[in-house]
Amino acid sequence: MEFFERFAVPNPTFTIYASMVAIALTMLAVVIGITYFRKWGYLWSEWLTTVDHKRIGIMYLISAILMLFRGGVDALMMRAQTAVPENTLLHAQEYNEVFTTHGVVMILFMAMAFIMALMNFVTPLQIGARDVAFPRLNALSFWLYFMGAMLFNISFVVGGSADAGWTSYFPLAGNEHSPHVGTNYYMLSIQIAGLGTLITGINFMVTILRMRAPGMTLMKMPMFTWTALITNMIIVFAFPVLTVALAMGTMDRLFGTHFFAINNGGMDMLWANFFWIWGHPEVYILVLPAFGIYSEIIPTFAGRNLYGYKSMVVSIVSISALSFVVWVHHFFTMGQGALVNSIFAISTMAIAIPTGVKIFNWLLTLWKGKIRFTTPMLYSIGFIPIFTIGGVTGVMLGMASADYQYHNTMFLVAHFHLVIIPGVVFALIAGMFYWWPKMFGFLLNERLGKASFWFIAIGVCVAFFPMFISGLDGQARRMYTYSEATGFGIWNMISFVGALMLAVGFVLIVYNIYYSTRYASRDISADPWDARSLEWATHSPVPEYNFAITPEVNSSEAFWDAKKKGHKLFKGEYKEIHMPSSSGVPFIMCCFFFLWGFALVFSMWITAIIATLGIFACMAHRSFEVDHGYHIPVDEIKRTEEKLGGAKK
Amino acid sequence: MKKKWALLSIIFLIATFLTGCEPLTVLDPKGPQAETTRDVIMISIWTMLFIVVVVFALLIYVLIKYRASNQSEDYEPPHIHGSKLIEGICVGVPIIIVIFLSVITVKSTYEVESTPKGFEDEEPLIIYVSSSEWKWHFSYPEENIETVNYLYIPTNRPIEFKLFSHGSIASFWVPQLAGQKYAMANMINTLHVAATVPGDYVGRNANFNGEGFAHQTFNVTAMEEDEFQEWVEEVHATADPITIDRFEELLEPGHLGQLTFTGTHLDFLPPPSTHHGASHGEDSEEHNEDHSSHDSHDDSGH
Ligand code: HEM
Ligand SMILES: [Cu+2]
Ligand SMILES: [Cu+2]
Repeated sequence: MEFFERFAVPNPTFTIYASMVAIALTMLAVVIGITYFRKWGYLWSEWLTTVDHKRIGIMYLISAILMLFRGGVDALMMRAQTAVPENTLLHAQEYNEVFTTHGVVMILFMAMAFIMALMNFVTPLQIGARDVAFPRLNALSFWLYFMGAMLFNISFVVGGSADAGWTSYFPLAGNEHSPHVGTNYYMLSIQIAGLGTLITGINFMVTILRMRAPGMTLMKMPMFTWTALITNMIIVFAFPVLTVALAMGTMDRLFGTHFFAINNGGMDMLWANFFWIWGHPEVYILVLPAFGIYSEIIPTFAGRNLYGYKSMVVSIVSISALSFVVWVHHFFTMGQGALVNSIFAISTMAIAIPTGVKIFNWLLTLWKGKIRFTTPMLYSIGFIPIFTIGGVTGVMLGMASADYQYHNTMFLVAHFHLVIIPGVVFALIAGMFYWWPKMFGFLLNERLGKASFWFIAIGVCVAFFPMFISGLDGQARRMYTYSEATGFGIWNMISFVGALMLAVGFVLIVYNIYYSTRYASRDISADPWDARSLEWATHSPVPEYNFAITPEVNSSEAFWDAKKKGHKLFKGEYKEIHMPSSSGVPFIMCCFFFLWGFALVFSMWITAIIATLGIFACMAHRSFEVDHGYHIPVDEIKRTEEKLGGAKK
Repeated sequence: MKKKWALLSIIFLIATFLTGCEPLTVLDPKGPQAETTRDVIMISIWTMLFIVVVVFALLIYVLIKYRASNQSEDYEPPHIHGSKLIEGICVGVPIIIVIFLSVITVKSTYEVESTPKGFEDEEPLIIYVSSSEWKWHFSYPEENIETVNYLYIPTNRPIEFKLFSHGSIASFWVPQLAGQKYAMANMINTLHVAATVPGDYVGRNANFNGEGFAHQTFNVTAMEEDEFQEWVEEVHATADPITIDRFEELLEPGHLGQLTFTGTHLDFLPPPSTHHGASHGEDSEEHNEDHSSHDSHDDSGH
């Protein structure tokens, strides 16, 4: 009995029991379903063991959408709780767990995964490569992310969730103030997923630098690939800081060290510094690829080349550099004095300059264009005004003296949602609609797509604009309730209505996927949008080897020039294609990682040691393995190409 | 295009609200520090509004003018590389705006980090403010009294709050008097405040610190100096002294109403020895001590 007691959640409530039952039933249904349709073999050989960047991208996409709903339900619960003063829907502890998991899930398990989904799927195609540089590591990255996410998600029903905020400041996150296992989950699951991200960073940097098609110099790369390159560089610099911070935090919690404690020489400020040295670049890891997506979509539907390609490149590079020198703006109020605050205030505001350049470049791309209002384009256009408002309020927050009044208030919550939702979520949805035909060979329904856009765009404004006001009226963030006398009630009620609109929008997107999967026409060309970059030069859906013949490129809009000026992209004959073989090891290794994390959360040392041995066994297995991949013979390439609508040359 | 108009009107709504009749707490200052932040906020709102209007106007213009349905079938958009002049404007104007805002920021940040304007020559009243799960302790060493969850201050006199915490990080915030600052264990932060208008102001912890966070509020009453002295005398006449045992009871996590004591807990539980956040400028002489101990902060790891 004692053994099981530790897995019980500290504050069980009806919601938690209901979730337990729901999770158990869903799992059961999935297992029965797969067994009934005899899909275990297919699932194993085609998905769990795949090293194909396109399939890994699709698995990231599915996970990201699932996590969007997990985080979204959290958001709705928060907004419902605060919709009226003195509400008793959630109690303090539940609310604390909900906003903590909301933040973590949305940033690390939803937005990151969504970025990874598109980056995995699109970048190798945009540079004319067969796969990424290290396909098997790529599978490992995905499974690390996936297991990290799953570990974090079971915390709600096994042992209790983290409740110290997604920033998890010490000493609050230390054992004394957060005695239950929630914060252990936080430390370990983010650690596991973060390792995956770091590996991806290295993998894609090498891929983009080493595997571009002949003729594609750096200054001829499509803009999304540029942002992917810079993003992965930021990952490689920023994530090790997080890894170290989480390791130290884990040791504080599990082994009684005092890195962040307030006695025996520990420094609570050290955590805040580490966290934000990673955390601020992290938001650019999310938003730069989003900028890249807009830089693909806007030219396509404006029918024009991207305005100021060079200044776009310069601005993303300078944004990435500046993103490392502003982290102190997250704790202007920690008492570092006017001089330090002034320096960081100026560096913060400086980021607005390259960002402004990008906004003007997009506006100038529309100028003299021929604008088609498709769903991806609507999201990209809707992004501009909403993100501008989010961005200028960011500059306001950057003014240190004024931030003393905004810090930790709803004003801040409004600001960052108004950058992150249009900046990241809109881009991801737009990118999904845009590249969907490339992924699956059919288009998503446009009417449903546009309806979802209007719900989401208006919903964001209704949900978050009132927070500027309640923030300036003194409403702190993370308050589970407030009194009638504060007068915050009206603003929170409006905000709740907005959250409901957002929910409708997201449900419409999923319904769209279902509807289009069933009814959409499969008879579309490989280039349904009349697009400009290389990924549209191959078939839809893309054959496993991407391009039958490696393309030769001579501009950043290679495919457009091929269409309009009659350049030849594919020269030469079919040759045998070398492909990496699938492997179950990354998946198995990450199962051990899951076990390792779970064991450490509950301080089950023997299990943890066994899991560690399992991880090392998988690594050892790899080092003795002889596997040179396999070749696709010319005949088979010919057959595939003919089946997909005639050889493209 | 409907949305653009909706957006615009919402912004104007907010703007009118901000400047309108019933001021929001942060924009309704009762002392010089909060006045400074209010002015900075208003200047930045107007500047930002200008940028937003420009971007919106450009966006609406291009969307209407260059939409496909407005153009002939055979219109082929041109290939345009960029122009030095246009890009110069796109970089130059934001640079000017950022410089303008930077000057304001630096000036005002030094201002709110030093003794309030107009009170430079007066002797400040020093109040030690410490937070514990989930309450506020206010110690008046000069007056030799201590209160819990409420604060009486004299008007028209500079006040120096010395902030620290007995546990997790809290943030001391009375929006109508000044911006917030963290109260942390192991270090002392200084917050300079002055109230020019008598009245009751809401104060709270703004930094999440666990279960009881939402209710960690306190009340600040600003009153004329002589009233304040009367109150001090009354406390000496009526309140119980604070003792170690009593104080340790108070430190237990939980909520309490307002309490009053004679003596301060600083006598038996001294505040942390390192200081932070006194303005690092040359403006206040009496902070020299703080600075020297601040230097040792790094190696002692506070
Ligand atoms: C879908 C609509 C959303 C709604 C209604 C919503 C609502 C909220 C609310 C009310 C809070 C404040 C909690 C509090 O301070 O009491 C919050 C915090 C937060 N949200 Fe959202 N959110 C949404 C989407 C997102 C998205 C898409 C992201 C990121 C990609 C995100 C990231 C965060 C983060 C990082 C926090 C801070 C959590 C913390 O304080 O520890 N949210 N959200
Ligand atoms: Cu930041
Ligand atoms: Cu310090």
